[in-house]
Amino acid sequence: MDLLARDEEILKTAEGWRRDGKGVALATVVETWGSAPRPVGSNLVIDEEGNFLGSVSGGCVEGAVVAEAIDVIEDGKPKMLEFGVADDTAWKVGLSCGGTIRVYVEKVD
Amino acid sequence: MKLSILSALNTERAARRAVIVVTDVESGVQRLVKAADVANDPLADTLKARLRSGKSGMAETGEGRVFLTVHVPPPRLVAIGAVHISQALAPMARLLGYDVTVVDPRTAFATPERFPDVPLIAEWPDVALPPLNVDHYTAFVALTHDPKIDDPALLHAFERGCFYIGALGSKKTHGRRVDRLKGQGVSDADLARIHAPIGLSIGAISPPEIAVAIMGEITATLRQEPRQSPDARR
Repeated sequence: MDLLARDEEILKTAEGWRRDGKGVALATVVETWGSAPRPVGSNLVIDEEGNFLGSVSGGCVEGAVVAEAIDVIEDGKPKMLEFGVADDTAWKVGLSCGGTIRVYVEKVD
Repeated sequence: MKLSILSALNTERAARRAVIVVTDVESGVQRLVKAADVANDPLADTLKARLRSGKSGMAETGEGRVFLTVHVPPPRLVAIGAVHISQALAPMARLLGYDVTVVDPRTAFATPERFPDVPLIAEWPDVALPPLNVDHYTAFVALTHDPKIDDPALLHAFERGCFYIGALGSKKTHGRRVDRLKGQGVSDADLARIHAPIGLSIGAISPPEIAVAIMGEITATLRQEPRQSPDARR
């Protein structure tokens, strides 16, 4: 996993994977509160097998986003996910920095 | 995101043109607005402000609550002078996400051995710079200490509206530079844009420390001052 991948590599990878016929989802940080590890607009691209590039949280919640993204690839409906310290009962993961982030996950079709 | 939108987005980014993707996060409906088309968009005012700040985010609009993904070109660094400081500056700037180019007509300095993996142009600024399409999203540093090389390069940086322009040299050296450039008709406003002595004042001594001071100052300029879109400048 390459958390330091640049935006253009992430978006080019998303396009390339889709053109190769893979199911692809794009996750984007759309809102942050408190000390969030990655800024609004940060991207993570995920394929149907769970391969991914980029980062929405610097490693804290990528696993959960990847799992949700695979659902989005299957049913085609975008999802809004929220992660924060208070959410560990819902997601079993959270942000150790104490911030909250909202991540929009959409299928590339 | 439709593949056609993603593809257009990648095309615009590759051409270093700013672009905004407008997403209705409830419905998933999405459109791409190129910088050149922003003025004709229903959300023109909001989008113009976003292009200036370069910041993505949610926005309340006449179209409801939308997410605006703002793509401004990745910053570039053009360093005039294949000097020691540049050897430290180039990898540091790349780590910070800049595309780096080093220009120095002195072939003894501009060698691939000294700058592995860095695009290096061993030409005078008047030859090397025009094809680089230096733009507003470019940080420009003049580091040779040689007026024959630095001065024409700085003239080019003023003309292209670089967001950061820095020049190496003490206050005294810079005073002489200002006199020379004034003599060439450079305006006070342009002269005031030169960061000199270059870099944040952190007591830097070694070339890598000076590189840290320079990248700190460039980062501060990029992140703290409002960015202007190229069309707002000209």
